[in-house]
Amino acid sequence: MSEEIRLMKGNEAIAHAAVRYGVDGYFGYPITPQSEILETLTELRPWETTGMVVLQAESEVAAINMVYGGAGAGKKVMTSSSSPGVSLKQEGISYIAGAELPCLIVNVMRGGPGLGTIQPSQADYFQTTKGGGHGDYRLIALAPSSVQEMVDFVGLGLDLAFKYNNPAIILADGVIGQMMEKVVLPKQQIRRTEEEIRKECPWAITGKTADRKRNVITSLELDPERMEQNNIRFQAKYRTIEENEVRYEELYCEDAEYIAVAFGSSARICLKAVEIAREQGIKLGLLRPITLWPFPTKIIKEYAEKVKGFLSVELNAGQMVEDIRLSVNGRTAVEHYGRMGGIVFSPEEIVEALKEKLIKE
Amino acid sequence: MKQEIIIAGFGGQGVLSMGKILAYSGLMEGKEVSWMPSYGPEQRGGTANVTVILSDDRISSPVLNSFDIAVVLNQPSMDKFESKVKPGGILIFDGYGIHKVPTRTDIHVYRIDAMDIAAGMADAKAFNMIILGGLLKISPMVKLENVLLGLKKSLPERHHKLIPMNEQAILKGMESVVKL
Amino acid sequence: MITAEEIIKPENLVYTKPKLMNDTHMHYCPGCSHGVVHKLVAEVVEEMGMEEKTIGVSPVGCAVFAYNYIDIDWVEAAHGRAPAVATAVKRLSPDKMVFTYQGDGDLAAIGTAETIHACNRGENIVIIFINNAIYGMTGGQMAPTTLEGMKTSTCPFGRDVKLNGYPLKISNLIAQLDGACYVTRQSVQTSPAIKKAKKALRQAFENSMAGKGTSLVEFVSTCSSGWKMTPVQSNKWMEENMFPFYPLGDLKNE
Repeated sequence: MSEEIRLMKGNEAIAHAAVRYGVDGYFGYPITPQSEILETLTELRPWETTGMVVLQAESEVAAINMVYGGAGAGKKVMTSSSSPGVSLKQEGISYIAGAELPCLIVNVMRGGPGLGTIQPSQADYFQTTKGGGHGDYRLIALAPSSVQEMVDFVGLGLDLAFKYNNPAIILADGVIGQMMEKVVLPKQQIRRTEEEIRKECPWAITGKTADRKRNVITSLELDPERMEQNNIRFQAKYRTIEENEVRYEELYCEDAEYIAVAFGSSARICLKAVEIAREQGIKLGLLRPITLWPFPTKIIKEYAEKVKGFLSVELNAGQMVEDIRLSVNGRTAVEHYGRMGGIVFSPEEIVEALKEKLIKE
Repeated sequence: MKQEIIIAGFGGQGVLSMGKILAYSGLMEGKEVSWMPSYGPEQRGGTANVTVILSDDRISSPVLNSFDIAVVLNQPSMDKFESKVKPGGILIFDGYGIHKVPTRTDIHVYRIDAMDIAAGMADAKAFNMIILGGLLKISPMVKLENVLLGLKKSLPERHHKLIPMNEQAILKGMESVVKL
Repeated sequence: MITAEEIIKPENLVYTKPKLMNDTHMHYCPGCSHGVVHKLVAEVVEEMGMEEKTIGVSPVGCAVFAYNYIDIDWVEAAHGRAPAVATAVKRLSPDKMVFTYQGDGDLAAIGTAETIHACNRGENIVIIFINNAIYGMTGGQMAPTTLEGMKTSTCPFGRDVKLNGYPLKISNLIAQLDGACYVTRQSVQTSPAIKKAKKALRQAFENSMAGKGTSLVEFVSTCSSGWKMTPVQSNKWMEENMFPFYPLGDLKNE
């Protein structure tokens, strides 16, 4: 399959991208608002074309542990779910991080806590960027704000996961999952051969041959001194990722007096708010973190010297705002505006919040 | 050029698929497009709406609070969206099921009796295509040929035989829309 | 002085451990069944010539360190999730011979869903199930398989079925599933039993490579430490108390 322009939902885009980027296995469990991912994959029947395995697991717990097994075998594997299901996966994600395995997780967020609602939300920012499961670990977190990025980040997420032997997560939400936009699907990549996997992932459980020691995938180390060494190694890796992999987008920031910081669907809505604000003569800019971890701390710190204030715009009670405040470190005002529980703000609301919280004339 | 459109009615009226065809038509015309549905239980019998944006430039928010055009197909949607049409904007409604006619004078209001026409055409499924015809007559944002291409793209192959009927419904809609 | 090398000559050997068993000092208690079952696994894999194709999935429980003893590639699963892990490994690498090695707590309590669904899908894997009716690693707590009246640290007055429910015959349950082709209950307390158990294990592994579905081999086992008995007493207690409730033999062989 060559490059192709299509109109599709964010969820469908994830499925198509998985096949096109040569994913070896997808393991999922239905949950709104992301069930189209599994549905689309089963309709595409990639096991007949690329040989990709698609399996509906008995639970989110089983699905993430299938990902753990597949990743241990050096395969390109992924799972997807929505907030309550991702909570169930956290134990497995911690094991994957602890065993230093590459994989891709997709969370199409909905409102919580608990069973909550099926409407869009961004309330899993803390869960995604601050751990989620137990232990000191990090996920490389990508926040798509268009259907095209749903496609692109499947490729990017897997590349980063394999580059650092670390799980990556696409943190999307119901808006991005359910909306349709124009997308360019990449050319079909060929799945790696067993030989290539043995070469690229010498640590993988590919079957012990006479020329090497047995490979063991585990996160267990009962000797605390060695376990501390493992942790030190993880942390060094995380610092390298923080150094190299920060991604963000700046829009109308050059002359901005105020900057809205928003990710995912909120960033799209904020961009409209920027247009409205500028029509009213307010110099508002938009800074969109693409990686939520590593967080774009440096650029925010730089702008903190120039602007009158930041407005963190999130579909939650104020989560990313904490990272903005840490970056700004008191240099300028930082406020938060959010809606919760599945309510999505309008661009006009954001402009009003900006005026009320920061401009205060 | 940018058109921000809300289409709202009951689930089952073809609201989402009409939006989809419009979005596909925009795609065929080389425009940037977005299609954002209300999703969830309301799809299954309650009210349903979809925001469609066609634009020559990058689309910012797929979620909007004010619209250039509102296509309203039942009273609850009228109650919700009449006030959200931008001044100078367009509101099109189906006469069937609307008992409170819009009162705003700063917008252009059109009526199309698509339900009656569809009944006359002996195909209730043509309903949303009649509405689409009316919309395109008032605001010719995409060429008819691209709508037909869009239909082809959005309909599964087995339904392609229905395209001529859909074209007829669109033309019928174009003839039938009236300004209030 | 005679050195070990002078005594241990190939012509003097009457018994040797399988090559796949390495020299790592085992952490299992004296009298534990794990050591014997490990050896059987190693022997069968070796005899089938599948050393380079076998992937083991170790559990959380006493056998968590199984990967330290058998020289094949291993993945250590989260508690109860071994069948899910094995599912993916086998589906993504169908040429591999994949097995899980799980205890009763892992397989029949926390991992019940994974066990049942892997078997129900008929995954072409082998599930090796050590049933010693107790949680060994955590120090002798009640397991789903603990017998009625049996004392453990969390049922110190004996398992009361009114309070804790009945001991779970999970293998009988699995035998009902269409995806499971072979379900058998074995033991390793005597030489004849070991011989029989090895045969069963070999059949299970062969089934997995023949794509016949899931094979489950339960080993009714002892836990001398948990049961607070000597190895000899344990074997006797197992024969007298475990075997009547968990009778040995094939539950299903298709």
